[in-house]
Amino acid sequence: MNWELMWDSVPTLLGGVPVTLELVGLALLFGAVVAFAVAMLRLSGNRIAERAMAAYVFVFRGTPLLVQIFLIYYGLGQFAFVRDSFLWPFLREPFWCAILALTLNTGAYTSEILRGAILSVPLGQVEAARACGMSRTLVFRRIVLPVAIRQMLPAYGNEIILMVKASSLASTITLLEITGIARKVIAQSFAVFEIFIVAGTIYLLLNFLASRAIRYAEWRMTPYLRARG
Amino acid sequence: MTVAVSLSSFALGILFGSAGAAAKLSHSLILNGVAEVYTTVVRGVPELLVIYLLFFGGGGMAMALAGVFGYEGYIELNAFTIGVLAVGLISGAYSTEVIRGAVQAVPMGQIEAARACGMSRWLILRRILVPQTLRYALPGLGNVWQLTLKDTALISVTALAEIMRVAHVAAGSTRQPFLFYTTAAALYLVLTTVSTAAFERAERYASRGVRRA
Repeated sequence: MNWELMWDSVPTLLGGVPVTLELVGLALLFGAVVAFAVAMLRLSGNRIAERAMAAYVFVFRGTPLLVQIFLIYYGLGQFAFVRDSFLWPFLREPFWCAILALTLNTGAYTSEILRGAILSVPLGQVEAARACGMSRTLVFRRIVLPVAIRQMLPAYGNEIILMVKASSLASTITLLEITGIARKVIAQSFAVFEIFIVAGTIYLLLNFLASRAIRYAEWRMTPYLRARG
Repeated sequence: MTVAVSLSSFALGILFGSAGAAAKLSHSLILNGVAEVYTTVVRGVPELLVIYLLFFGGGGMAMALAGVFGYEGYIELNAFTIGVLAVGLISGAYSTEVIRGAVQAVPMGQIEAARACGMSRWLILRRILVPQTLRYALPGLGNVWQLTLKDTALISVTALAEIMRVAHVAAGSTRQPFLFYTTAAALYLVLTTVSTAAFERAERYASRGVRRA
């Protein structure tokens, strides 16, 4: 075990943290928007929209993320109309391709979590709100959504951790985030274990912080469970 | 190839998982600690990193291990072994939690009853614990299987010719990446759909003795 090398590689590997955080943060942000739209459409009652969204979720949950990333990064460039379109400056960049793939992937998973949470809101609460004279949108905004968000938090915490780990796949399309840098350093130094331990620790730390944050959010949102002590 | 890798690593994962669950449920502090570290690290670190560790460091590890047993030669592990080991290690960590939960779901009273009937520890394990644990663990193991199947795509970095690797090479030589990656995606979809159906049947078979409310 080469302690000196391990210590020296820490700042190098930490240099990948901003990229990883950007990937995860942006993908989760866009993914939440996608998930909300998809969940709404799946519960809309419109047959065609429901089918289409179910197909989207099925495809993105049934294929490996690596396939999705390669398909977007290598695959889309095959078509001339994609290369000529105004989107090309974005789709040419590995960073935006990774964001797009991660967004679509997490969007599919999160929409299922959100759908389950919305369906789990007790019908009695909705009926009570309707009886108070609230409109459909007001019921959704004040009753259904807050309860659903509270309900989905534990599952969403899992999704965040999965995203932190999934962001490592961006290294396969030449992005230098933590795993990408780790691979480069391993290739230069052949110190597999030392680098693995450092990189692994960084990921563990990130995931630990994420799970803490989620637990805090859960604690904040369930004051009624605390009162009983 | 993908199916072969998935099946072997899933089997290896169940093996690791059972050992891990046994260690977590045992009263030994050391075993508890080891299993806890194993599941925390493997579940908290990206799969790709674990595969890199075994791919670049696996040979050295095997040689060090063989050195302990007095073998001083050079060992080279092939891509298949490394792939199965890596994915098996990952799926083992998830299986550990699934199996532990399932074992704990078996009512305590049944085990006490079995002991009261004079069954030995092994007989209880074989006749009472394992059959019921299997039933409780099936849905969770189904999830692990899907994860395992998709994780095998990551082994393509080790040049093993599974679906993803073949697609990558074909895409490179024909310059039609979209076509080949779409085909790969479709193949994975078929695999996941078929296995979902298989697990549903297995579940129905396993719970044939359970009355539905």
